[in-house]
Amino acid sequence: MIDVRKLSKSFNGVTVLDSVSAHVGAREKIVVVGPSGSGKSTLLRCLNLLETPDGGEIYFEGELITARRYDVNMLRRRMGMVFQHFNLFPHLTVMGNITLAPRKLGLMDTAAAEKKAMELLDQVGLADKAQEYPNMLSGGQKQRIAIVRSLAMNPRVMLFDEPTSALDPEMVGEVLSVMKALAEQGMTMVIVTHEMGFAREVATRVLFMDEGRILEEAPPGAFFDSPENPRLRDFLSKVL
Amino acid sequence: MAFLVEGFRRSFIENDFYKIFIDGFVATLTIAMFAVVIGVAIGIVLAVVKVYSYRTGKLKIARFFVEMYVTVFRGTPVVVQLMILYYLVLVNIKSGLTVAVIGFGLNSGAYVAEIVRAGIMSIDKGQSEAGRSLGLTEIMTMRHVIMPQAIKNTLPALFNEFITLLKETSVAGYITVIDLTKAADLVRSRTMQPFFPLLSVALIYLILVVGLTALQGAMERKLQKSDRR
Ligand SMILES: Nc1ncnc2c1ncn2[C@@H]1O[C@H](COP(=O)(O)OP(=O)(O)OP(=O)(O)O)[C@@H](O)[C@H]1O
Ligand SMILES: [Mg+2]
Repeated sequence: MIDVRKLSKSFNGVTVLDSVSAHVGAREKIVVVGPSGSGKSTLLRCLNLLETPDGGEIYFEGELITARRYDVNMLRRRMGMVFQHFNLFPHLTVMGNITLAPRKLGLMDTAAAEKKAMELLDQVGLADKAQEYPNMLSGGQKQRIAIVRSLAMNPRVMLFDEPTSALDPEMVGEVLSVMKALAEQGMTMVIVTHEMGFAREVATRVLFMDEGRILEEAPPGAFFDSPENPRLRDFLSKVL
Repeated sequence: MAFLVEGFRRSFIENDFYKIFIDGFVATLTIAMFAVVIGVAIGIVLAVVKVYSYRTGKLKIARFFVEMYVTVFRGTPVVVQLMILYYLVLVNIKSGLTVAVIGFGLNSGAYVAEIVRAGIMSIDKGQSEAGRSLGLTEIMTMRHVIMPQAIKNTLPALFNEFITLLKETSVAGYITVIDLTKAADLVRSRTMQPFFPLLSVALIYLILVVGLTALQGAMERKLQKSDRR
């Protein structure tokens, strides 16, 4: 579904992605781990072109999305993204947040968009919050709303960039369980996270990134129980 | 007491002078209201161009003109701008009122541009990334995500600008407009009675500004809904 070929990206002359190649199959759940600054976010942000790659190619559903004239807006409709800091729109209610894009892009009329939003809110247990403003919500609630906001676009893939890192510990679980449910529904997901338990349980493959390269790539069992790369072993010994 | 009654009569009633004040009041309001609309429209466009250019590195020439515009209109007195417009640039427009609307609008645009630019810059980058990652275009994101927040944040500064503008319209008399201030001055010179014309006009400005301030408070409370905890 997503094919990354020799992707490179540097910021101000510093190489952040160094010829990264990776593949994400339909319905796969790829978890990306690695030390801070290793380029995980940058990789994820290149996938929906929030960052423009310097070199290499990315194919999404057979289309070369790194082509010069590719329509990024059409791409992003099909690729949801969830951020560490939620990035809900504070001036809109929960309902407004969820329905903004489907309405303004003419995908649904207001009634249909609201109906869909209520269904999704119901699934994450927040139907009663539809008319609240984001600042009335806890971090865990905000992140679940952010997930719903992305899902309202019916994306083919969901990208998550450390979705639980900004949360108080007691709220991590509620967000992870929403993500688990989404995984069980068959969503294709790429997840940057430090939640190793979640990776072991949900991932179809785990990628280890360090200094802009993917150093190891394996199903979670092999990845955690018999890591080959010494840097990964070192990393795991610190985080597990 | 009799002196006051006589002064009042001569300033407002004799020769129907009150009509001059009413016309002046209408002229002042007309200039201020149209100029605010023009100023906000120009200001938002200039601010968006400037921020867009900074963030993407595109539209550099447009940004240069925006910066020129802001520098020139903020760097010279508005009276001088009005007179240049009236006597040198828009010589075919005979109506001083029209030129005043245009002049104050252009002038206000420069100030509003800076206010709105600061407002846009104060919005977290994550907001526009969230909008864009949903597939909203740059313009939709600006319009539905960034601008509502930026305007709300800058409402106090914008109202400050409106209040300044309202009072600055008092120099419109330089280009033949009979606004509130000019009306007072006319009546003062005709009656040789400065007391009522000047103080009543001052009072009217004051009431207008207090009204604007009340409107500001009401708008801020309305927009603050999303801030209530
Ligand atoms: N917009 C940017 N401008 C300049 N440098 C950047 C930018 N974005 C990222 N970087 C740099 O690129 C490197 C990789 O950043 P990235 O955010 O991809 O790392 P990460 O693996 O997600 O780290 P973390 O776990 O801390 O989120 C870092 O050194 C970072 O400072
Ligand atoms: Mg990161």
